This record gives sequence, structure tokens and C-alpha cells, in this order.
Amino acid sequence: MMTSNTTTMKYSPLNLGRWLIWSFFALVLIIAPMIFDKGASLSILSQMGTIMIFALAYNMLLGQGGMLSFGHAVYSGLGAYFAIHAMNLAGNGAIWMPLPLIPLIGGVAGMFFGVLFGYVTTKKSGTTFAMITLGIVELVHACSLMFPGFFGGEGGIASNRVYGEPFLGITYGPQIQVYYLIAFWLFISTIGMYAFTQTPLGRVINAVRDNPERVEFIGYNTQRVRYMTLILSAFFCGISGALAAINFEIVTDENVSAFRSGAVLLFTFIGGVGFFFGPILGAIVGIFLTVVLGDFTKAWLLYLGAFFIIVVMYAPGGLASLIMLNLRVAKFGRFKRIFPSLAAVSVSSVIMLLGVVLFIEMLYHFTLESLSYGTERQLFGFTVDTAAPTGWLVAGAIFIVGLVFFRMTKKSFQLVWGDVNTEIEELIKGGKA
Amino acid sequence: MSQYSLELQDVYKSFGKSEIIRGAALQVATGERIAIIGPNGAGKSTLFNLISGRFGVSSGDILLNGKSVLDLPPYEINRRGLSRSFQITNIFHRLSVFENLRCAVLWSLGYKYSFWHRLNGLKDAQERAEDIMEQIGLKRRRDVSAGLLTYAEQRALEIGITIAGGADVILLDEPTAGMSRSESDAAVELIRKVTIGKTLLIVEHDMGVVFGLADRIAVLVYGEVIACDIPSKIRGNAKVQEAYLGGHAPVEG
Repeated sequence: MMTSNTTTMKYSPLNLGRWLIWSFFALVLIIAPMIFDKGASLSILSQMGTIMIFALAYNMLLGQGGMLSFGHAVYSGLGAYFAIHAMNLAGNGAIWMPLPLIPLIGGVAGMFFGVLFGYVTTKKSGTTFAMITLGIVELVHACSLMFPGFFGGEGGIASNRVYGEPFLGITYGPQIQVYYLIAFWLFISTIGMYAFTQTPLGRVINAVRDNPERVEFIGYNTQRVRYMTLILSAFFCGISGALAAINFEIVTDENVSAFRSGAVLLFTFIGGVGFFFGPILGAIVGIFLTVVLGDFTKAWLLYLGAFFIIVVMYAPGGLASLIMLNLRVAKFGRFKRIFPSLAAVSVSSVIMLLGVVLFIEMLYHFTLESLSYGTERQLFGFTVDTAAPTGWLVAGAIFIVGLVFFRMTKKSFQLVWGDVNTEIEELIKGGKA
Repeated sequence: MSQYSLELQDVYKSFGKSEIIRGAALQVATGERIAIIGPNGAGKSTLFNLISGRFGVSSGDILLNGKSVLDLPPYEINRRGLSRSFQITNIFHRLSVFENLRCAVLWSLGYKYSFWHRLNGLKDAQERAEDIMEQIGLKRRRDVSAGLLTYAEQRALEIGITIAGGADVILLDEPTAGMSRSESDAAVELIRKVTIGKTLLIVEHDMGVVFGLADRIAVLVYGEVIACDIPSKIRGNAKVQEAYLGGHAPVEG
């Protein structure tokens, strides 16, 4: 995304000034709630903001350091617990801490546990590291049920974010004020994490990802590099946790669970680990698939899982790499050549998808809801009787049409896509044989 | 300060029951270029791994500038002024040529684990990296990912990473392996150029390279240095002829 003469982001399509991109980002954050002003969209935007910080922080390890962590919710979750206790204490007047600074408490708490747990986990790398992080998240989750005084047992800890004197009339009661608080912290955290990628430690962690053995022979202790990166990542995770605590006014054991850790892994991967901004996309799509889709269909988890599998299999670089590859094609002026076949493949995929969605929705309705609500349901504006064959036949027909169309168009798309990218890579290689 | 840059004293190394290095001894004076030759399986690469701290020795001592480096991790030995290259290309594939070299100079310039410096603001690191890039002839490949370089270019980058930190003892493990004649000639020129004033230890199979580059040649057979002398004397050494070449002296070319 950001352009500079670093080449880790080598697909940077446009040489726009960094200022322009950051201003644009700020502008989007400011006007987003004005565009999406219906119903629950503000709450969804707020959630996206917190998850963006979480996913970006997670990617400091996964994308930049090649460290697969299964237990990152420990840092965001414990940050959230400390934040909510701080809110309660400040609410009682026991300590002085205005709400906008609560994320710092979460960050410092996350960092503290990064220092503590990271010392153990970063002693190892690769699969061993992943296993230990899984162990730690289970450990912390078990502890959360063992110490109800701090963790609040199964009910969690609740709080009220409206306390103290309003500053300039801002109470943080209305969701919009909370959104802007989250947007503010998101903006600085993103700058902070991007800046990290441009520091000596940020570059050496890339080297550790590529080839840890060689790093030892250029003077760096790889364990120390991983440890320090994890501590910094945990700091930003803590900030994200604290913002979630402010947003929901409750923190439960789910915040420190392996489930939450898995979710951030899924989102980050979907967005794309190879690019700095990938996790931002991942958070948007991830929250959309979990929260928004969850309002429409009971099958949301199925869709999320299926989507994740498709991304892993066909676009392992995530959505970010899909975008950047297409932009690269456009930059080399070859988009016209791929567009017809790209459009054909996309349209046929959508038709196929429609058939699959109809099928899944009818199946869910038939097996789970037909007894209590009857076999009929509304789908895309039509009333479908899931007990009669018509709906199933239509879904099947749509799917088959899509499939046939897809198989017809796939070959030519693959050919053109392959040709174009080979040409571009040859150009990048600088005419080397 | 000892007169030797590098000194191996009666070094032994065994893996399980098999003894790979048995009493190797070698003294390398400052600024000297020594080639290590020997038949396959003589333990040349193992010797490098012991010196650079990749493996620990079983017994004996290794002195770098007069101080023992036994049991030190590789990064610690590197910080004391010893740098090595690898037989199998060992670079940072997804980073560009420039970033590869910049990573390699950071520690020696004292930036350590800094996350408060802006990389692009570090003029010294930038200049140093550009400088090395010029020397190894990869200037026009500056922004290409290292994984996309040709084999010979990757080997040159390997040498670049090794010398970038400014270490004064350089270990090169078969730098010309797998190269064509002209590539190998270019590599030798490069090595000669970048190791001026440095102490060099080089493992090499190509006798042309060995005789052209080395001040002295050390012959390693079954984990022992059976001879270490100037090239002309090595050629006539009876022990070397027998052990290493089955009666045929090393021939140039």
C-alpha cells in the first residue's frame, strides 16, 4: 500500500505520496459513519475498528515475522480485562483515568503479558511456537474460570463507560462518540504499526521470517528479535482489547479464548498476510461475515469457513494480493486483455454461488426451522416451499448452469492470466534470461 | 592481541560415535588468505560450522583474535568480527537485494534491535548497503527480490551479505560451487577485491581458484590438517599426494 523505496511491498502500484494515503485513510474514518448511518451499522463500524487493530497487530507476527500464533487473544483479552477494571475503578473515583486514555491501560497490560508469556513462547519458532501459544491460551482461559474475582466467572465483568465530568460535552454515552474514539486509536495504532515496518527491528523480523538461520550469522539473536516483536504486537493487541471493552462495556472469558484467537487468524489470513493493509481488509470482511451475515442467516459460520477454505486454496495471498495482482496488471497496461475472461469467470462464479446459497438456505430451513415455522420461507423475495421439489430443482439448475459456464470460461481465463503475469514478471526481472 | 586472527587448537568433533574432526590445528595470521582443500567428507564444512558457532566442539579450543569463542552462539561470534557464507545459498528470499544488504549492516553500525530509528533516515546504513551492492555488481538489481536472482547473482549476494558487516575474518564455503568457468572467474575477482586487508578462509574444490587466490593451502583429510603450506610446496608434498589425490598432485586449472 504505502509507497516508498522499500520493496517488501513490491507491488505498490502507484507512487502516491504517503501523506495522500494517510489523509485518505483519516478521511474514510471520519466520513464512514455518515455514509453507513442505518441501524446497527455504527456498532458494526466500531467493531471493525477494534478488530482492525487486533488483526494488524497479529500480522506483525504472522505476516512480518512468520510466527503462527494460536493464542493471541490472550493479549487483547487480558488488556480488555485490565481496561474494564480500570473503567470501574475510575467510575468509583478510586483512580483518575479519563476514558480516552483507557486503551493505554489495555496496551500496557497486553505488553506486560507479552513480556511474560513471550519469554516462554519465543524461545521456540515454527510449529513448536504455535503449539506453545495454543497451550498458553488454554491456560489463561482455564484461569479465567478459576479466578472469578478478577475475571468475573462465566458472566464476565461489566462496566459503564459514562463516568467522570464530560469534556467539551463528550460523555462517550452515544455510540457515535465511541466510534470516533475507536477511529482515533485505530488511526494512531495503524501509523505506529506501519512505522514499525520501517525500523531496523521491523526489517530484521522480515529477515527472520525468510531465513532465521542466516540472521544469526549477521549478528542478530533471532530469539530476541521475535521476543521484542511479540511484545510490541501484544501492546497493540491490548489497545484493541481495551477499545472492545469500551465498546461493549463487558468482557467475558470468550475474550481470552482460543476461539477468539482463531477468529483473528482467519480474518488476517483472509485479508492477506503479505501486505501491511491486508488485515484491515480482513477485519472488514471478517466482521461482515460474522456479525452482518449472522443477522440474515443461521449458516454464517458455514459461509465463513467455506470462504476461508477457498481463500487458502485459491488465493493464499488473501484479498490484498488479489487486489494488488490486478492493480499490477493494470499498471502494466494489460488489464484490457484479461478483463473479458475475468468478467466471464466472475459472473459464472456468482451464478454458481447463488445456486449453492439457495441450496444451503433451504437445507438449513428444512432441517432446523421447518418444524416450528413451517416449510415455507422467503428467499431473495420469493416464497419457497422447502418440502416441495420445485425450489430444490431451481437451486440445482442455477448451480449447474453456473458450473457449466464456469468450466467453459475457466480455461481461457487461466491462460490469459498466466500469460500476462509471466510477461510482467519477465519485465520486472529486467530482461534477464 | 594475538598475532593470529584465528587459531584452532587440537579441535575434535564427533556426532554420536562418528568422529568427524580429529585434532585439527590451524593458525591463520592476520590478513592471510588460506584455502582449505580435501576430499569429500573430510570435514571442511563441519570445520566452518565449528568456527562460526553453528555447532559446538567436542574438545579443543578455537581462538578468534586471541580470545576463545567456544560455546558462544553464532551471533556473538559474528559481533566479534567473524562472518561466514554458506555452501547452499542462504539469503533472504523475499527481501530485495538492497534490503538483504541493509539487514546485514545494521548490527555492525550499532542499530541493534532499534524500533525508534527510521530505516530510510539511516544514511550510513544506506550508503554502506549501496557500497557493497556496487562492489558485488548487483546495483541494477537493487529492488529485485533476492529469490528472483540468477544463481550466480545469488552467490554474489551471499558474499555481499557475508562481508557487509565489515568483519575482518571471512569464511567462504565453496563460493564458486555450481558456477560456469566465466562466472567462477568473476567470483574469484570479486572475492579478491572485497577481502583486501581481511583474513580469509575459503573452502574450495576448484584448484584454479585455490591456487589463484590462496597465500597458503591447508589440506584436510579425515578431520585432520595434514599439511598447511604455500601452494608450490603443497603440490610437491608427498603426504598430500598420497592422502588426497591418490598419488596425483593437485593440478592447476
